[in-house]
This record gives sequence, C-alpha cells and structure tokens, in this order.
Amino acid sequence: MTSIKAVSLTRKFDNITAVDDLSFEVPEGEIFGLVGPDGAGKTTTMRLLTGILEPTSGEGWVYGKHIVKESESLKDNIGYMSQRFGLYEDLTVMENVNFYADIYCVSGNERSDRIEKLLGFSGLTPFKGRLAGKLSGGMKQKLGLACALIHTPKVLFLDEPTNGVDPVSRRDFWKILYNLLKEKVTIFYATSYLDEAERCKRVGLIHKGKMLRCDVPDKIKEEFKAKTLEEAFIKIINEWESHAGK
Amino acid sequence: MNLRRVSAISRKEFIQIIRDPRSLALAIVIPMILIVLFGFALSLDIDNIPLAIWDRDNTRASVDFLLNFKNSKYFQIIGYYDNYRDLQRLIDSGKAMMAMVIEKDFSQDLLSGRPAPVQLILDGSDSNTATIALGYANAVVTQYNTNIILNIMKKYTKENPTPVNLQSRIWFNPDFQSKLFIVPGLIAVIIMIISSLLTSLTVAREWERGTMEQLISTPVRRAELLLGKFLPYFAIGFFDLIMSVLLGVFAFGVPMRGSVILLLILSSVFLTGALTQGMLISIVTKNQRTASQLAILSSFLPTFLLSGFTYEIFNMPKVVQALTFLIPARYYIIILRGIYLKAVGLDVLWRPSLLLCIFAFIIVSVAIRKFKKKIA
Ligand SMILES: Nc1ncnc2c1ncn2[C@@H]1O[C@H](COP(=O)(O)OP(=O)(O)OP(=O)(O)O)[C@@H](O)[C@H]1O
Ligand SMILES: [Mg+2]
Repeated sequence: MTSIKAVSLTRKFDNITAVDDLSFEVPEGEIFGLVGPDGAGKTTTMRLLTGILEPTSGEGWVYGKHIVKESESLKDNIGYMSQRFGLYEDLTVMENVNFYADIYCVSGNERSDRIEKLLGFSGLTPFKGRLAGKLSGGMKQKLGLACALIHTPKVLFLDEPTNGVDPVSRRDFWKILYNLLKEKVTIFYATSYLDEAERCKRVGLIHKGKMLRCDVPDKIKEEFKAKTLEEAFIKIINEWESHAGK
Repeated sequence: MNLRRVSAISRKEFIQIIRDPRSLALAIVIPMILIVLFGFALSLDIDNIPLAIWDRDNTRASVDFLLNFKNSKYFQIIGYYDNYRDLQRLIDSGKAMMAMVIEKDFSQDLLSGRPAPVQLILDGSDSNTATIALGYANAVVTQYNTNIILNIMKKYTKENPTPVNLQSRIWFNPDFQSKLFIVPGLIAVIIMIISSLLTSLTVAREWERGTMEQLISTPVRRAELLLGKFLPYFAIGFFDLIMSVLLGVFAFGVPMRGSVILLLILSSVFLTGALTQGMLISIVTKNQRTASQLAILSSFLPTFLLSGFTYEIFNMPKVVQALTFLIPARYYIIILRGIYLKAVGLDVLWRPSLLLCIFAFIIVSVAIRKFKKKIA
C-alpha cells in the first residue's frame, strides 16, 4: 500500500518557488529520506504533506487522506516533529507528554503503558520532572519524538531531527526508528546529513525545490560510480546546475 | 468539541501563566494598583476649600455673615488676617485657595440698605476647581441674602412670606460624590485594557516560539484550542473583576445597590468580548510585540475617550457620538452605573446588555474564523 503520494506538488512564496513540481510515492513501512542543502525546500515539503501549509498547485495523499481536502482527518494518522523544537520549554517532560496524550485523546491503560514505554526507550524516565527547556539538545529531540509517537501514528514526519545532536544520542535515536519500522510505521525523514540518508531505504535529492533524483542509495552510487552518496549528489547537482545554466 | 482537549490546553496555559511572574503581575497586581491609583486621583470632589479671612468691619453683622462659611462643609477657614500681603502669600503658596475681605462699612451699608461689598480673591490656576469653589461661595452668599430679605419682609407683613423654594433632589448620588460615578467606569476601562492585553500574547507567543507548528499538526480543533486558551484568562479576568468591585465597595465606599448576580453575568459577557479582542489581535499579528502594542492602543484609547468615562457622550460632536456605538465599554459602563448606583435590572438595561452580547458574539466568530491551522 502507498503511504505517501505526491503529484506535481508545488508551493510558491511571493517570487520564489520553494517546492517545484514534486512527484513521488512512499510505500507503507518504508523510511524515505528527503535530502538537500539548506533552503532546498525540505521543510516546505514536510509542511505540505502534514496539512499545515496549502500547496499552490498539485496534490498529495497521506495514508489515503488528501492533504488539502482532508487535512484535519489526515492529522489523526501522522506524527510530526518540526525542525525547530516545538514543545513547551516552560513545561516539564511529563507535562509535555501528558499534554500531547490528551490532545490525541490517548486514554486508559494504553496511555500509561505507552508513556512508560516511550520515556523508557528514549532514556527520559529519570528526567520526568525536568523542564523541557533545561534538557540537552539530544534529550529535547528524543522528547519531541516521544510526543510525536504518543498516539501510535501510521506515518511519522521528522524534519532534521538529529541536527545538533551528539553521535551517541544519534545512534539511540536511530535505534528507535528501526524499531518503528518493524511495526510498519512509514517514516519521512528530512536531513542534510548524507550518512543518515545512506541509512534510508530510498532517498530523494531535492535542490532549489526540485527533486533531482529519487532512488535506492546503492543504485544512485552505482549510476554515478561514486563511493559515497555525497560524491554522487555533488555530481548530480553540478550536472543540473550546468544544464540549467544553458 | 472535545472537552478533554479543551481542558488539556487550559491546564497547559495556566501552568505557563503561573510560571511566568511577569504575566502573573500583569494579571493580578497591576489591575488592583490601577484601580486604587486612578480611583483616588480621579475623585474630583471638592470640600474643605481653604479660606483665609480679613474682616475689616469686625461687627456682629460681619461675624454673623462669616458664620455661614464656617458652618459650610465646603469651606475650611484657615485663619484671620489684617493685610493683603498675608492673603497674597497664602494664595501664592497654595495654603489658601480663596481669600475673603469684608470691607470696613459692611454693617453700615447693610443697615442703610446700600449694597455691602465683600471681596473674594480666588486662585484660578485650576479653573475647574475654582469654578466649583466660586459656585459654593455664591450659594452661601445667596442663602444669606435670602434670609435678610425675608427678615425685612417679615417686619412689614403679618403673614409669613413664602418665597419660591426650588426643591432639588439629586437621585442615586445625593452628595454629588464623583467617585460613585468614576469607580464603575474605571472598572470597565481597566478590565478592558488588562483583558485584551493578557490574551494578546497567548497565540502570538506560540507562533514565535515554534510551539504552534507542533500543535497545528495535531487533530485539535480550532474552537477547542481557542476555548482552551480563553478559559484560564477568563478565570483571571473574573477574579480581577470581583477584586475591583470589592475594592470599590471597601476602599472607595461605593455602594453596590443592585443585583450582584446580574452584574456578574453581564460582566462575563463584557469580559468575553474583551479577552477575545486581545486574542483576535494575537491571531492576526502572530507577533507578541505588535500584538501587545495594538491591544493597548485598541482598548485604551477608544475606551478611555469614547466610552463616556472621561467625556460625556452627549457633549461630543455627532460624528464622534456615532462612533461610540462601536465601543463595548460604553454599554458596560451604563450597565455598571445602572446596577451599582440605581439598582436597576434587565427591564431597564436590556438594550446595552443585548448590544454587549452582540459585540461578544461577533468578535468570537471573527476570532474563530481568522485562526487558521496553517503556517502561511
Ligand atoms: N513562510 C515562508 N515565507 C516565505 N518564504 C519561505 C517561507 N518558508 C520557506 N520559505 C523559503 O522557501 C525556501 C525553502 O525553504 P525550506 O525551509 O523549505 O528549506 P529547507 O530545505 O527546509 O532548508 P533548511 O535546511 O535550512 O531547513 C527558502 O528559500 C525559504 O526562504
Ligand atoms: Mg528546513
């Protein structure tokens, strides 16, 4: 089953086109990496797919829900972690988690089990009473992930979640993601780190709002006879720039 | 409408308020200080006007005349002097507001039926107060003259003369105490400003801190979010209101004559409109600084100038009068003064009450419509 589908998705701001005619599909249970330099249009794509920004043209579906016409019911099925820390710094870890559990109407036994489990494998249990603003960068991101997962979403959108996170915390973070994949959760992962892109099932390279290539990492490397994705992507971008320059 | 989500948002908002000392001060302390400060500053009652006397006649007649001033509660005789220099010094230094000189021939003139001159020197630097003081002095003198005329007439007629007696009864505020009039208006002005200022930050703060992006990615409904944010501020506003009414009663001695229940119900309607006005500004601007400035401007100026609090509406030019119909505080002040001083009910106040409800309804609808769960 297709979990995410975009058809000619386009978003313009005044005079710039942040997302330009994107079309792709992500099957259920896959982790898809959206990779690109700063300002490429990753965040804008995320916002379009999570129903919090309307496209200028084009369409999209997430877990069967249209991103414009059904943007509200779409939100029952998704978890989203924005690029900027989106939780309340003046609330404690537990208050934030409880807040989002209430917002998603998670209740009964399921609720306390879920909270214990999420805080447990993100290592936040000892910090339950700490203000979110007083957590380290890595801890903050794990708290963000815990809150985005509180309602067991079908599709998870993560916008550069490991930016500014130390390597150890990053490894923990990815461990959690691999576990989610086992539960058939679809993950849409935006990053500018190519080593993280390498871990994704498939990657889409986005540059100036355009999707330049979308495939399995190994295939892209093979095609450009590159050792790393980084090498391949530099080639792709250079080729495109010289092409566009003509 | 899911009440669980509403209460989650209310609880979160409430925690944020109590953890931020500044917003707590704004919510609780500032309104009280404003009421007390303005309440005392704006009370325009004038009595015990300090009066200095130079009695050059010093006869029974002149002492008799001065007794009328001595017995009036509006005047306070601060002393008797025998030269202009002293009088001038007292007025210059502000120790006396008025000085009175009774001429040498006062009693002679009075007996022989010539006009008896009395000189009144008045500090006119505060023209408003001076006018009122002069009015009081005139009243005392008129009373004295009437008595003289009556006494003379009595000598010539057997019957008791009956002059026209204008019996004026001032209702609701018999002593003309301005605070009775000012305190209810003051409550309206302060509740309006504080309410819209309080809520002007709530939505903008979430946009600025980036917490709104997370929140709008959830299935929470717009009305749930706004109601959840509204409730804690409503509780605070209601607390402020009750404190203001109590301050009015206990600190200023303004009697609360009417129905407390009706006052609280109509106050809630006003409060709802004021709080939502702040929230609407927050929704539209998405920026805390702009929102708070706009909230003060849009609540303070119209309410202070056009609600009938500072200037009587019937004295305004017609165009401005028309404008006052758009100011909710105008209706609320009528309601407050009506319930406070006249103990009237909905049978009299239905019109301003209805208009207050309409205003609240419109502003709530606009706020819900303007709030979008979208980034841009
Ligand atoms: N709300 C907005 N209004 C105007 N321009 C915008 C807005 N949001 C994004 N843009 C512009 O759209 C382009 C793409 O921005 P976007 O945030 O999607 O990039 P990104 O790939 O997420 O970059 P980064 O790695 O820096 O997060 C940028 O040029 C940005 O300035
Ligand atoms: Mg971004």
